[in-house]
Amino acid sequence: MKRFRNICLIAWLAAILVLVFYAAPATAAPPKQKNIILSTTTSTQDSGLLDVLIPIFEKKTGYFVKTIAVGSGQAMAMGQKGEADVLLVHSPAAEKKFVAENYGINRRIIMHNDFVIVGPPSDPAGIKGMKSAAEVFKKIAASNAIFMSRGDNSGTNAKEKAIWKAAEITPEGQKWYQQTGLGMGLTLAVAAEKKSYTLADRGTYLALKKNLGLDILSEGDGILLNIYHVVEVNPAKWPKVNAAGAKAFADFMISKQTQKIIKTFGVDKFGSPLFFPDAGKKEELLGK
Amino acid sequence: MDIIVEGIKQAFILLFTLDREVLGITWLSLKISGSATFLSMFIGVSVGTAVALNQFPGRRFVVSLINTGMGLPPVVVGLFVTIFLWRNGPFGFLEMLYTPTAIVIAQTVIATPIVMGISLAAIQSLPANLRLQILALGATRLQMVWILVKEARLPLLAAVMAGFGGVISEVGASMMVGGNIKGYSRVLTTATVMETGKGNFAIAMALSIILLLLAFTVNVVLTQIQQRDRPR
Repeated sequence: MKRFRNICLIAWLAAILVLVFYAAPATAAPPKQKNIILSTTTSTQDSGLLDVLIPIFEKKTGYFVKTIAVGSGQAMAMGQKGEADVLLVHSPAAEKKFVAENYGINRRIIMHNDFVIVGPPSDPAGIKGMKSAAEVFKKIAASNAIFMSRGDNSGTNAKEKAIWKAAEITPEGQKWYQQTGLGMGLTLAVAAEKKSYTLADRGTYLALKKNLGLDILSEGDGILLNIYHVVEVNPAKWPKVNAAGAKAFADFMISKQTQKIIKTFGVDKFGSPLFFPDAGKKEELLGK
Repeated sequence: MDIIVEGIKQAFILLFTLDREVLGITWLSLKISGSATFLSMFIGVSVGTAVALNQFPGRRFVVSLINTGMGLPPVVVGLFVTIFLWRNGPFGFLEMLYTPTAIVIAQTVIATPIVMGISLAAIQSLPANLRLQILALGATRLQMVWILVKEARLPLLAAVMAGFGGVISEVGASMMVGGNIKGYSRVLTTATVMETGKGNFAIAMALSIILLLLAFTVNVVLTQIQQRDRPR
């Protein structure tokens, strides 16, 4: 009897495990060519914008979007290898290079918001209210207050480097310059813990503000503009790229309906929009 | 402190209101890690037993390899599986990167050496005379192996539990090969990382608590089987 019960138990267990195993592939593998790999920055995902837009796109077109949220630098590296179909990124200088080297096509403007320089309310470097970002960075460097950098080649990191360049300072290797190598949210958390300064996109900062204890100390300089573009990966370079899907997604991002959603996104939660739609505008004229 | 209390509260709210997204993520975590554990149980126990019962040149080297594999870092596995599954990589034609199946593959690679290493030790620690006795009583070789496996049931189930524990808690490989895609390849650990990054610490706490509950439940079931009266 005991033996029989044991065999029953083993059979029962095996049946459950087999069921579990065969259920897994059933959810996998949506139809071919339907998959679009969207490589994007963390800010579009962390702000929740893509959670709103992508279901609409999928319903409308029948495509299935695989959103891979990484820094802009890594997103473009994936595009360069043909491992993504379409990019939504915010690192204009690198994007231009990406397109010039024929890795990407049809770079189109989607929206913008801006970066802000945040720091502890005590403001040890005394930058509060200063307008010029380069001057702010100079003052932080001179005061030896800690500056927390993303250090991950993201769009934010690229912008930060551009400001250091404008300030004519080489921060790498300095004692007060620390690199987290983390996303924006976690970098803000580290900056808050260490009572240091950092550069953040306004959307992520607003979303995390209540837990941080960091204040916006400088904002509004033209250099702090944060512009998002959509770039399709060049199918001539990588034949496996889903070119039709990439184009459909890019077209969807600049469509009137999407731009309208972007315009009002976040108003209910933060009292002000997180992004400003810009489809069709000239990049050079923004913020003027 | 507030965050811990708030997290526990959130966990129960999410569980008892049957939040569809969280239930989906939990179910997917169980399915993926369960499948990976099941596969690694097959490979791990059979290879582990084979190595334990046979003598061959280079055996110590093989055992060292298996034991090293028990500490295989998930991110390393994730990176290798990603490179292999890239569209333009050697297995690109499978179009498997950023799917739940890819996570099952990575987790199987992580769990198999764990199960294999413990199985090997378990079978090898059985008294050598037992084998002789079983064979002397007229059992075939296959029957002998089966009896030995049953005899080592306790440590073998411990091996399975260790394998499951290794993969259900793993985040690096799941993030890399699964991509943390909402409603498709997002599991409890990757969701926790994402929510932490978003600053939703209470939800991240809630997901962690659900993960702990899930791991506990599975281990309770396995322990029940392990601790049953042994047939004498």
